[in-house]
Amino acid sequence: MAEVQPADQQGRLAENILYFARALRAAGIPVGPGAVLDALEAVKAAGVGTRDDFYWTLHAVFVKRHEHSILFDQAFRIFFRRRGYVDQLLAMMLPQTPGVPQAPQAGATRIHEALFSGLDDKLKKEREIELDARMTVSDREVLQHKDFAQMTSAEIAAAKAAIKRLVLPLAEIRTRRLKPHPRGHLIDIRRTLRASMKGGGDFIDLRFIGPKTKPPPLVALLDISGSMSQYSRIFLHFLHDLTDARKRVATFLFGTRLTNVTRALRERDPDEALAGCSAAVPDWSGGTRIASSLRNFNKLWARRVLSQGAVVLLITDGLERDADDTLAFEIDRLHRSCRRLVWLNPLLRFDGFEARARGIKTMLPYVDEFRPIHNLESMAELVAALQHGGGRAGDPKAWMQKVA
Amino acid sequence: MNKPSPRPLPASIAATVDLLAEAEYLADRSLGTVLFLALKMGRPIFLEGEAGVGKTEIAKVLSSTLGRRLIRLQCYEGLDVAAAVYEWNYAAQMIAIRVAEAEGEHDRARLEHDVFSERFLIKRPLLQALEPDTAGPPVLLIDEIDRTDEAFEAFLLEVLGDFQITIPEMGTVKAAHPPIVVITSNRTREVHDALKRRCLYHWVGYPTAERELAIVGAKVPGVSKKLTEQVVAFVQALRKQDLFKSPGVAETLDWAGALSELDVVALDPATVSDTLGVLLKYQDDIARLEGGKVKELLDEVKSELRAAE
Repeated sequence: MAEVQPADQQGRLAENILYFARALRAAGIPVGPGAVLDALEAVKAAGVGTRDDFYWTLHAVFVKRHEHSILFDQAFRIFFRRRGYVDQLLAMMLPQTPGVPQAPQAGATRIHEALFSGLDDKLKKEREIELDARMTVSDREVLQHKDFAQMTSAEIAAAKAAIKRLVLPLAEIRTRRLKPHPRGHLIDIRRTLRASMKGGGDFIDLRFIGPKTKPPPLVALLDISGSMSQYSRIFLHFLHDLTDARKRVATFLFGTRLTNVTRALRERDPDEALAGCSAAVPDWSGGTRIASSLRNFNKLWARRVLSQGAVVLLITDGLERDADDTLAFEIDRLHRSCRRLVWLNPLLRFDGFEARARGIKTMLPYVDEFRPIHNLESMAELVAALQHGGGRAGDPKAWMQKVA
Repeated sequence: MNKPSPRPLPASIAATVDLLAEAEYLADRSLGTVLFLALKMGRPIFLEGEAGVGKTEIAKVLSSTLGRRLIRLQCYEGLDVAAAVYEWNYAAQMIAIRVAEAEGEHDRARLEHDVFSERFLIKRPLLQALEPDTAGPPVLLIDEIDRTDEAFEAFLLEVLGDFQITIPEMGTVKAAHPPIVVITSNRTREVHDALKRRCLYHWVGYPTAERELAIVGAKVPGVSKKLTEQVVAFVQALRKQDLFKSPGVAETLDWAGALSELDVVALDPATVSDTLGVLLKYQDDIARLEGGKVKELLDEVKSELRAAE
């Protein structure tokens, strides 16, 4: 156990941790300079004994999300590939030809890109060959990215104005918090006391508190399959503005697989946000697997984003080829885990729509509100369709009866 | 529970693991490392994981083995400063004002100073945790932080970053020795990065079969070795199934306890089906295992156990 290192080795260790942090950052784990200092302190505190301890020490400091564990693991393995002690670590950064390629593991490609992007050309070429081999294994689906037209400023302004007017169903829910309220139902003793203090305590000037309301979390599930492709830009723009205007908005895109793009949509600039979404999603304009996407959502995300009375906005045309029991089961589960499930269906081109498609028939009984939209061309139309009109406008039962 | 005497903090990772083992908490090396670092560096520890994997237990065990006081703050929606940090004793303040009035005291500044003094302060968990304690700084457990809202999280930043709390009427209260802070989350929502940045993060996963065996052995004594092996192997197999909610360690312990209450010596499909409600808490999951699936799993588990012998 090397509890104490000579000074120069500690210096190298610091350098290595710094490089390692940089590699992590490039691979997509947010590691700030503060974390590097923490890591140094932690390694000093723990005393680098075994490789395992070193691993978990760095893990404790650098990893702040469970899903980053796998990236960290890959990065650690590649960075500190050789078993050895601190004085050998620096050697790992020197160009070396890789050994026998192993089966690709999740996150490996990204880490490779992150670690070896700065090395000289010759080495890069060798690496590329290895990378190519990896790609052939993992890419079985036909995947494509999408380019969006840039936003014009008039478009952005119009969208912002429309969003401002938008009142979603369940716009405000009562929270369990209280706030100062002129006609509240409870006396705010603290403020009352402070107020009466002003007059030396002669008068007691009552102040009140009442319930505080706030918009519930909104979770949008947006279909980006081929049949929806002409609308994806407008919906993404809409969701971006919504993310900007409200606090708790989570967005998921699904075609054949489910992608969480909430972080990408937090980007201020709409073009950058949409580009971020495009980069994150590999299955633009492909097929639709609503049931399996919903299943993934229910299993992996529902418990993480649907707490505190979330409203779910499901945007899909409901054209599922193989609508079977699983679709009904999954949409039922989704319905039971959120406060309100609103389905926005943009397929209906003409007013004589009837819910004939099997996917639509299967899903209709489980939604709280059904909002069809015809000829979606502008944000204003979208907002109008989502507007909470009250009454039975969005009642799915009415649509069900039309079919029966 | 007997009151253990205060002890110094463990000096190494191995010592930390041993310390937890004393209270029958069998931690793996990675958890030991994070805990050791948290204690050594005086940083809060942020534990995330599925329900029932023993996150809360860690804080309890730390407090009992180190002989420190455990202060628990259970989070819930609408948790506010008055319930978590401090509140003024309004009734006493009113009386003080009336008394001052009767005595003819009309100096406003003086009155205000008197009324907003420590005498009228009711301390809630977070403030209590900053107070000096003869047994050493207490263990502060902030349980299920994901249940409260973002507003409260923001408030915790000051407490966790600098171990201090600002009370507008009085000034800043700072802990002489920072408490050992354990935060747990079931991940029903994402906790903000600013809070996580101040903590050491650890994901508490399901234990390996070997470790779970040891845990059941330690926590539910009086169950035969054979039954324990079967129980653990079955639960481990169950976790590999496609379930909405996999059983945690707490469920395994409950189940082992339930089976020993029923005087079961070996698992059979009927008993498993009857007691499945102890392990699985979703009807869909239970329905998934109906119709011969339990028997199938059990046969697999038993043949594996036989092969291992």
